[in-house]
Amino acid sequence: MSTRMFGAPVQRSEDARLVAGRGAFLDDLGAAACAAAFVRSPHARARIRDIDAADAVGVEGLIAVYTYEDLSGPMAEPLPLLIPHPSILDSRTPYALAREYVHHVGEAVAMVIAEDRYAAEDAAARIRVDYEVGEAVVGIDAAVAAERTVHEGMADNVAAHLVQEVGDARAAVDAAPNSLELDLDVERSAGTPLEGRGVYARWEPASSSTGSDDGRLRVYSSTQTATGVRAAVAAKLELALGQVEVVVPDVGGGFGVKIVHPWPEEVMVPWAARRLGREVKWTEDRREHFVAAAHERAQRQRVRVGFDDSGRMLGLDVDLLHDNGAYLPYGVIVPIVTSTQLLGPYKPGAYRVEFRSLYTSTVIVTPYRGAGRPQGVFAMERTMDAIADHLGLDRLQVRAANVIRPDEMPYDQGLLFQDGRPLIYDSGDYPRMLEMIAELVDWPGFAEYRDRAHREGRRVGIGVACYVEGTGPGPYEGGHVQVETSGKVRVATGLTSQGQGHGTVLAQIVADELDVPLSDVEVTTGDTRRMGYSVGTFASRGAVTSGSAVALAARRLKDKALRIAADALEADAGDLEFADGRIQVTGSPVHSIDLSTVAVLSNPLRYAFDSASAAATQFSGSADYDRPPVAEGEAPGLEGTDYHSPLRCTFANGAHAAIVETDPDTAEIRILRYCVVHDCGNLINPRIVEGQVQGGVAQGVAGALYERMAYDSDGQLLNASLMDFLMPYASEIPSVEIAHMQTPSPLNPLGVKGAGEAGVIPASAALAAAVEDAEGFRVDRMPISPSELFELRRRHAAGGVPSVPARPSPASAPSGAAADAPAPSSPPPAGAAPPEGPDPSEPPVPSAREPR
Amino acid sequence: MTEEQHDIRLRVNGIPHTARVPARRLLSDCLRHDLGLTGTHVGCEHGVCGACTVLVDGRPVRSCLMLAVSAAQHDDITTVEGLAAPDGTPHPAQQAFGECHALQCGFCTPGFLTLVAAYVRDNPAPDEEDAREAVTGNLCRCTGYQNIVNAVLRTAEITREQDGGAGVPHARPSAEHDGAAGDATAAAPRTEGGRP
Repeated sequence: MSTRMFGAPVQRSEDARLVAGRGAFLDDLGAAACAAAFVRSPHARARIRDIDAADAVGVEGLIAVYTYEDLSGPMAEPLPLLIPHPSILDSRTPYALAREYVHHVGEAVAMVIAEDRYAAEDAAARIRVDYEVGEAVVGIDAAVAAERTVHEGMADNVAAHLVQEVGDARAAVDAAPNSLELDLDVERSAGTPLEGRGVYARWEPASSSTGSDDGRLRVYSSTQTATGVRAAVAAKLELALGQVEVVVPDVGGGFGVKIVHPWPEEVMVPWAARRLGREVKWTEDRREHFVAAAHERAQRQRVRVGFDDSGRMLGLDVDLLHDNGAYLPYGVIVPIVTSTQLLGPYKPGAYRVEFRSLYTSTVIVTPYRGAGRPQGVFAMERTMDAIADHLGLDRLQVRAANVIRPDEMPYDQGLLFQDGRPLIYDSGDYPRMLEMIAELVDWPGFAEYRDRAHREGRRVGIGVACYVEGTGPGPYEGGHVQVETSGKVRVATGLTSQGQGHGTVLAQIVADELDVPLSDVEVTTGDTRRMGYSVGTFASRGAVTSGSAVALAARRLKDKALRIAADALEADAGDLEFADGRIQVTGSPVHSIDLSTVAVLSNPLRYAFDSASAAATQFSGSADYDRPPVAEGEAPGLEGTDYHSPLRCTFANGAHAAIVETDPDTAEIRILRYCVVHDCGNLINPRIVEGQVQGGVAQGVAGALYERMAYDSDGQLLNASLMDFLMPYASEIPSVEIAHMQTPSPLNPLGVKGAGEAGVIPASAALAAAVEDAEGFRVDRMPISPSELFELRRRHAAGGVPSVPARPSPASAPSGAAADAPAPSSPPPAGAAPPEGPDPSEPPVPSAREPR
Repeated sequence: MTEEQHDIRLRVNGIPHTARVPARRLLSDCLRHDLGLTGTHVGCEHGVCGACTVLVDGRPVRSCLMLAVSAAQHDDITTVEGLAAPDGTPHPAQQAFGECHALQCGFCTPGFLTLVAAYVRDNPAPDEEDAREAVTGNLCRCTGYQNIVNAVLRTAEITREQDGGAGVPHARPSAEHDGAAGDATAAAPRTEGGRP
C-alpha cells in the first residue's frame, strides 16, 4: 500500500504553475478580445434624465455604447433574487444597466466596448449623463429613521424582517436573578480579493460547418460558481443551458464576493459578445471593486441577557439592525447567519432574535468570509465578558458554565439555519476547546504577566472568543473520477477554487481511495464542460461536499474496476484489493492487473489506437458469446460519478485568544500573541488548513483594527482605494499559534468539517476583549483605531464609558477554567448547582421551527 | 483623435522585444498585453499592492507606476517568468514559496517572488524580523504573511545551500557595512510607490 495521503501535509500541486508565472487568471485570457468599460453613477441617489454619447463617438477604437434602452426581454428585467426567503418584505435587485434610477455610487449606467481598455475608458469618460440628484440614505440610523427611502414605492427602508424564538426569552430575561443590556456596533468591511471580478465571453454563431442550429457561448468568469453563472446567463440571454459553457480560470481570491451572480457585468459582457460577434472582456479595476462589488459586516445589535449567579444564561433576547446596501440580490443570508450562529457553543436558555435588514444608498452587502458570523460572535462574546464582569467571575469560567457538553451532541438549537435546515450541531467537544485555549495562551499565567507589565509601565490585556460555524451546506456537490488507459486519474468537481488548494486536497482523497500515486491524479474544478451539476464555493463547503463527492465517485469506480478485474483475473471480486496502481488477489501481488489495463478492458473497442488498447478489441482474447461486450447494467469506461448531498451542515468550532498591548500615549494597539484552537473534524491536509486559519486571522485582524468603509452622508465612499482602505501588510499581522482538535463529523463519509472561514470569525470579538482588558473600560464597537481608542479614553475619563472591574485571577490551572462545568462523561454530582442537561421535570423548550 | 505611438525596445528576461505603444502605456500593461507576459499581475493600479512588481535593472519596481516608454530607457527587465534558471530549475524563491505554502490563490505571488529574489540576492542571511520587513511593501489577502516570511528565510537558506555555504556571512551585511547595528530595518529594498 502507498503512504496514506489523507491527513498528510503534502505540498500543493497547484504551486509549480503559479510560482512560474503560468497561472491563467481572467485577465490573462482573451488577448484578442475587445475591452468593456462601464460608465458608473457618481451619485448615490439620482434619476437619469439623459445619456449623451455623442462626444464619445470620435474616440479611436470605439466599437459600441450600450444603455438600458438597448436591452430587451429578460435582459431588461431586474437581476434575480438569488435566495428568496419568506422574511423578505420588498426585494429590490439591480438592472444589468440602470433603468431610470441609480441607488448607489458605482452603479453601472452604460457599457462601452472598444478595441482596448484605454480606448474604452476614454470613451466612457466622454459620455455625459444628466442626473437629477436626490438625497442619499447612508447608515443604519438614517435607514431606520426613514425620513426618505432608498427605493421608490417603499414606505420605509425595511427589506426584510424576521423573528425566531425558542421559549419565552423576554420573560426569562425579566425573571432572571441578573440581567444586562448591551448595545453593540460593527462597521463595514469587504473581502477585497487582490484580483477583482472579471468576465470574458465569446460567441460562436450557428454555422452549417459545425452542424449545429444554434450558436454557443463560452463564458470565463472570476466567480465562485460556474453552474450558477451558466444558468443565470442562459436565462438572461434566452439560450438553452447546453448552449452555454462556463469555465472558471485561476481565481485571485474570492472571500465570498464572487459567489454573487450574475453581476450586471456578468450578463452584459456575454450579451455584447453575442450581439457584436466579437470576443469581449471586462476586468474590474480596484476602484470599481470598491464601489460596484459588495461589502459586508455593518450591524447594530442590542442584546438583553438574563443569567443566574453562576453566569449561566437563562434567556437571551437579541435585536439586530442589518445594513444590506442598495439591493438585495443575495437575500438575507448574512443576518440569518448572524442571528443563528450568534449562539456559538452555548446554550442560551430561552432565545429570541429579531432582525431588520435595511436598504441604504450604498454598495450591496453580501457574504464576506465569515458571512455574518463575526458579528454574531461579537454579540455573544461581548455578552459573555459582560456577564463575567457583572458577577466578578473569570471570563473562561462563565463560558464553561454555558457550553454544550459532548454528551449532549447532536444538539438542537431549535432554530432554522441558513440552508433551510434545522440548526443541529453534529459533534464537538467545547469544554475541551476551552481547556486547550487556556493552555495554549496560558490563561492562568496572564495575571502575573500583567502585573509584571504594569510595573514596567505597560498596558496589556487578554481576550478570548469562541465560535461555532455551520459549514458544508448542501444542497449537493458532485464528483467524477476517471482512470484513463494511461493510468492517469482525472477528477472533476463542479465547485470552483480560489486558492484553497482543492486540486491538492481532492487528489489526496482520490489517491487514497484508489491507492495510486498522488502525482497520477489531476483535478479540474469549476468547468461546466466537465461537471454540469454543482452549487458553488461558499460557506466553507469545498472539502465537505466536493471532498465527499469525489470519495464516493472513486468508490463507484472501484466497484466497477473490481468487476472487470475479477473477470480478467478469474477471481472473486471479494478476494481482490487495490495496491499501488494495481488490483491484485489479496496478499498476492503476482496475480494482479494494472489499473490502466482495467481501464482498457472497461471500454470494449472495435479499433485499437495504440498497443495497450489492442487488448480491448474483439479478437484479442477469450470472449463469452452469451454476454454482450458491455454487460447489462454496465457502461463503458472506467469512471464513476456520485454526489454528496448532506443532511444538513456540519458544525466546526474553535476559540481564539489574543494578548494585546496598548500604548499609554499614542493608543496604538499591538498584538503580542494570537492563539487559535480549531476543530474542523478530520484534517485532510494540515498544511492547507493552517494556511486557511492564518489567512482568516489576518482578515479578522484587518476587520478589527484597520479596515472600514468610510462613507460620507452623500453616499460617497471616501476610501475607495488601497491607498486609503488600510489592508494590512506583513507588518500588521501577527504570527498565529494553532492547536488542532479533530472531532469527526458523522454527517459525511470523510468525517470532515469546513475550514475556510473559521480564522476570521472570532477575531473582532477576541481583540475587543483584549483591548477592553488592557484599558479597563467597555469596548462595544469595532473596528477600533488608535484615534478611536484615544477618544474612548477621553470619554471614559469623563465618565461616559463604563469601566470594567479588575478581572479576577483564574483560581487554578488551565483545566480549572472549566471546573464548574460537569465533566463530559460523568453525571452532575449530587447537589451540584443547576443541572446543565435536559431535565425531565422541565418541559422541553419549544423549537422556533414549530408553529406556536 | 489619434494618439501618438512610440516604438520601444525592451529587454525582458534576457530576450529583446519591440513594441509600438502610446506614451501613457503602463509597463504592466505593455508586459501583459503587448508582450504576452501575463505572469505579472495588476492588483490596484496605484502602486500600493505590489502584485505587479518586476525587476528593472535588478531593482524591484512597481510596473503599474512606470510607463513602458520609461522602462525602455533601462537595460533589463526581469519578470516572474524570468526567475527560473535557463534550464528551467526554479529560482530558490519559487521553490521556497511552494515548500512553505506561501501562496494560496497565487495572484500576488509573482510580485512577492521578484521582490524576494532581489532581497535575498542583496541580503543573503536575514533573520525573521528582516524577512518580515522585506515584504512589508506588498499585499497578500490569502496567507496572513507568516508563510511568506518563512519563505523569505527558506529562500536564503536554499541560496546558501546552492552556493555551498562558502563565504556567506550570517549576519546582515548591510547593517554591518552601514555600521547601523541597532537598526533592524536597514536591509529592505524599497520599491517605488506604496503607502507610507
